[in-house]
Amino acid sequence: MTFLKINNLSVNYEMRRETVYAAKEVNINVEKGEILGLVGESGSGKSTVGNAIINLIDEPGKVSGGSIILDGTDIYEKPENILKLRGKKIGLIFQDPQTSLNPILTIGEQLIETIQTHLKLNTEEAKNKAINLLKEVGIKDAETRFNNYPHQFSGGMRQRVVISLALCCEPELLIADEPTTALDVSIQSQILDLIKRLTKERNLAVILITHDMGVISETTDRVAVMKNGDLVEIGPTKEILTKPKEIYTKALVSSVPPTNKKIDRFKIIEKENKTQGETNIKILNRWTKKDIIDQDLVKVKNLSKTFDDNFFTESTKNSVMAVDDVSFSIKEGESFGLVGESGSGKSTIAKMIVNLYGPSSGDIDFDNVCITKIKSNKEMMKFRKQIQMIFQDPYSSLNGRLKVKDIISEPIKLHNPSISTKDIDSYIYDLLESVELTQQSAERYPHEFSGGQRQRISIARALATQPRLLVCDEPTSALDVSIQAQILNLLKDLQEQLNLTILFISHDLPVVRQMCDRIGVLKNGKICEISETEELFKDPSHDYTKELLKLMPKIESIYN
Amino acid sequence: MDNKNLTLISRIKDSDIYFSFIKSPTAILSTLILIIIFFCSFFVELVTPYNPFDPSSLSLMDAFTPPSWTEEGLSKFILGTDGQGRDMLSTILYGSRISLIVGFSAVIFALVLGVGLGLSAGYFGGKYEMIVMRLTDVQLTVPSILMALLVDGIARGIISRELHDEMAIYVLIFAIGISEWPQFARVSRAATLVEKNKDYVSASTIIGVSNIIIMFKHILPNIMRPVLVIGTIGLALAIIAEATLSFLGVGVPPTTPSLGTLIRLGNDFLFSGEWWITFFPAIFLVILAFSINLLGDWMRDTLNPKLN
Amino acid sequence: MVMLVVAFVSFSLFNFVGDPINNMVGEETSDEDRAELRETLGLTDPIYIQFSRFVINASKGNFGISYQLKRPVSELISERLPATIELVLLSALIALVSGTLLGVYTGINRKGFLSDIILAISLLGVSLPTFVIGILFIYLFAVILGILPSFGRGEVVSLGYWTTGFLTLSGLKAIILPSVTLSLFQMTYIIRLVRAEMMEILQTDYIKFARARGISEKSIHYKHALKNGLIPVITIAGINIGTLIAFSIITETVFQWPGMGFLFIQAVQFVDIPIMSAYLVFIAFVFVMINFIVDILYYFIDPRIRVKAEAVSG
Repeated sequence: MTFLKINNLSVNYEMRRETVYAAKEVNINVEKGEILGLVGESGSGKSTVGNAIINLIDEPGKVSGGSIILDGTDIYEKPENILKLRGKKIGLIFQDPQTSLNPILTIGEQLIETIQTHLKLNTEEAKNKAINLLKEVGIKDAETRFNNYPHQFSGGMRQRVVISLALCCEPELLIADEPTTALDVSIQSQILDLIKRLTKERNLAVILITHDMGVISETTDRVAVMKNGDLVEIGPTKEILTKPKEIYTKALVSSVPPTNKKIDRFKIIEKENKTQGETNIKILNRWTKKDIIDQDLVKVKNLSKTFDDNFFTESTKNSVMAVDDVSFSIKEGESFGLVGESGSGKSTIAKMIVNLYGPSSGDIDFDNVCITKIKSNKEMMKFRKQIQMIFQDPYSSLNGRLKVKDIISEPIKLHNPSISTKDIDSYIYDLLESVELTQQSAERYPHEFSGGQRQRISIARALATQPRLLVCDEPTSALDVSIQAQILNLLKDLQEQLNLTILFISHDLPVVRQMCDRIGVLKNGKICEISETEELFKDPSHDYTKELLKLMPKIESIYN
Repeated sequence: MDNKNLTLISRIKDSDIYFSFIKSPTAILSTLILIIIFFCSFFVELVTPYNPFDPSSLSLMDAFTPPSWTEEGLSKFILGTDGQGRDMLSTILYGSRISLIVGFSAVIFALVLGVGLGLSAGYFGGKYEMIVMRLTDVQLTVPSILMALLVDGIARGIISRELHDEMAIYVLIFAIGISEWPQFARVSRAATLVEKNKDYVSASTIIGVSNIIIMFKHILPNIMRPVLVIGTIGLALAIIAEATLSFLGVGVPPTTPSLGTLIRLGNDFLFSGEWWITFFPAIFLVILAFSINLLGDWMRDTLNPKLN
Repeated sequence: MVMLVVAFVSFSLFNFVGDPINNMVGEETSDEDRAELRETLGLTDPIYIQFSRFVINASKGNFGISYQLKRPVSELISERLPATIELVLLSALIALVSGTLLGVYTGINRKGFLSDIILAISLLGVSLPTFVIGILFIYLFAVILGILPSFGRGEVVSLGYWTTGFLTLSGLKAIILPSVTLSLFQMTYIIRLVRAEMMEILQTDYIKFARARGISEKSIHYKHALKNGLIPVITIAGINIGTLIAFSIITETVFQWPGMGFLFIQAVQFVDIPIMSAYLVFIAFVFVMINFIVDILYYFIDPRIRVKAEAVSG
């Protein structure tokens, strides 16, 4: 008998203008001892299915059809059914371990309460069970840590605590909703290994919800692909990833940056902006193109930055060394990549190069002028014009109160005060068309655009000053893979045509491999190594780089 | 131009705020009441035939006339008259005008001061921010009504008695405004801190936009939602504060009575049975404050800013 | 720090608001007499000496002599202190207990009929000025029904330095109306704050995760959510007591309650600077004490602060 059977499940959200189907007649079966991957881009309904199984759909959504049968019980038949199953038979893990634990109860209190809710154990027995569980999920000194509060654990450790809470009453089904998305690569692999181990040892049925094809490929036995609430395809992971039947699955797989080779462009099957054809970089006509000179455009020399934790104390005791004596240079016309996990200081370096912060010590030279020592505003403006930046979050990088036209015209007017109104308009149109947006976009507001389109507007704004250096701080990590592929293609085209120099910052190794000529690896504010991209991937010299490369989830692993 | 207007209207019609407005009967009702009150108060000369402050039109014979629906009531004085024979309804409307003027001016004063300081403190940070926030902390520990009383007390000490009656209304606006600005400063600073860390501000800095323009063109429009909510609730608080101060006898003088003054004057007659003299201004005040609060409450839910 | 600022403001009141000599003596006093008085009062000394003298005197409880009542301010205040404290504490109790209970109820039962009614009343409560409530109460309970007194403290019992109204029937009766009046506005405020807090907490991931673990709704509401929700209530309680003291000015005026607020309002009307400044210093002192107590309570209740503090000290 099938352990979990989802029959024709439909979930809809009654919105103001229409009813949105978050899931449409979805059929999925899961057996014990297997990990089923549920994959899809944002809005595909993958989390909705997970939440429906445990009946925790947010208002105003509701299950409008179908049934979910777990081990022979229809969980929607009687409302009390689900209450008996939650925690007891179904365990759930959320994405963000920072917020899933109650901050004012110790983890022991939370474990004991959960255990005693479902199992008839006295406090002493429950405590023993809890401590054993903590040991099982890999928490050292479980006896002492038992009395700690959640904030005393690191992110990865908290996720282990969350897993122990999900498993403490020996559920048979585990639903993990993006369990590693908030974690760094090295911790991600530990958590995924833990889930795999527990699946085998406890003969669990696991549903792993994720957007990351690498994770799917390395962890799951079968995979279900979802799009806009529809189940596109379901089958063994290897089959789906290597021989996808549906066009959408093909597109999804092909837009994942390969980890084992460098490709020229991403294959785009479904375009976000259907009206546009090949990239037409109209702005080229206005661009005062500079020839690439063989020189170091940016030289970073012994750069350090400390942030004071406490405003009042000048002592270094509480201060954090975000960047620690970093030196590198970027050749004109190249793409230089900086990779590192969270807290490695990569964004801080970017912000110092664009002069959002000054360094604590060290210098940055741009075009052989030291820009960190410039005091006069007028001098600074010359460099502001030449260095522009693209940000990670497409939602916060555009001012929602201004029309796209006003957003893009601001840098144009500022750096060409004498420009005529008519000229500004055609300038804006050229910029918009260069990033594959229509002229009509100019009259609209940012909230009318999708994440990928907003990122295009950001690029247009950055290009408006005709910069020589473009700093891209995780420009695609907030985007779905198919959109990511388009934006990366666009950046490549622009760089080629406009002779841009790019500093590309990312935590995502496959993306960096596709984008960069040379790469610097950062850890805790220090540079581990700098090498040519292919050399770094084929023959890393630093241990940390080797570790990162080993741990990154590889979609190609399915071939092995 | 026409086209532009059309898109503006359709934009408003399309917005979630408009949608939630027409879906909310309390919001519509309170807005209607407020429009009526505002209209009648500011155009009171057109609305009522009486001018209660023209001594020649008053007759002591009319004094203490109860409301028109009681046995002794006169139809020409709907809500009755007070001890000097003034028509209650017109007196209330004249009083409400004073209350509204004081309330609005005080809130605008507090808003400009508070948002200016809060915005710049949040944006520039450092020692300046610390000083401004310390200042709000110290002032917030002194309750607003006490603050207003103190300011009024000091003003009485500085300004001579004759001048004081003339200046009373300005003193009152200043006193209430100064007691409310820390709220605006805190909210706008908190919102500015959030906005400042958004990338669009960094983008403008990188482009080379000056601090002043970033503050007023980019950040200010984005922090207006919580400020407007505080402003609406602050208006109700200011009107209540004005009434309270006037009731305590330190607000506007009886020659140009506000709602609070009217309630104080009427309070003396409560025990002798002339309940309407204090009852109607009180009810009017409550309806006014309640409507503003209803609207503010709806705004808070709709605009859903994280306050504090 | 706060105390010093307030002391300075009070001191400035003394010196720059009007001429204290004019306030103390009649019109007919000669200039020589005035100068002499000035000398004896130390008003010719440099400002900083005057200020330090003011601070020293204030810390001893000596605020000079009331211009209007011609009695030492400290005597006037200690006479009236018990009345205000009793009124404020009782009101604070009413406001906190009922406000928190109703706030938690409406926060948990968001869509219920009773919740809607409580919320509507609380909004009305925020719109009702304290003095209007007072007048309505007086009219209803004292004038129409005639069951409760409309002014004064009733009979009081003297316990050494303290006079209390809690020990006599008339004293208890007399405190009902003023304390309920005073607490209403604050209570509605607390209801709304606690409700918002509870609603926000019930949306958090850790509550959702607790649900997913099958923890009972009762435990989620009263153990997980309530504990987190009560943390801000401590701050509110602190501010609440301070605000109540300020609003007691109004209540005391309406009910002619012989407390400090009543004294203060008379002082404002007659520009009686010594009383005003003494009152100000007193209020500031109360606030500083309350803030101190709130900080200590936080330390015990919120583990996050506790651990941070331990990390710094150790």
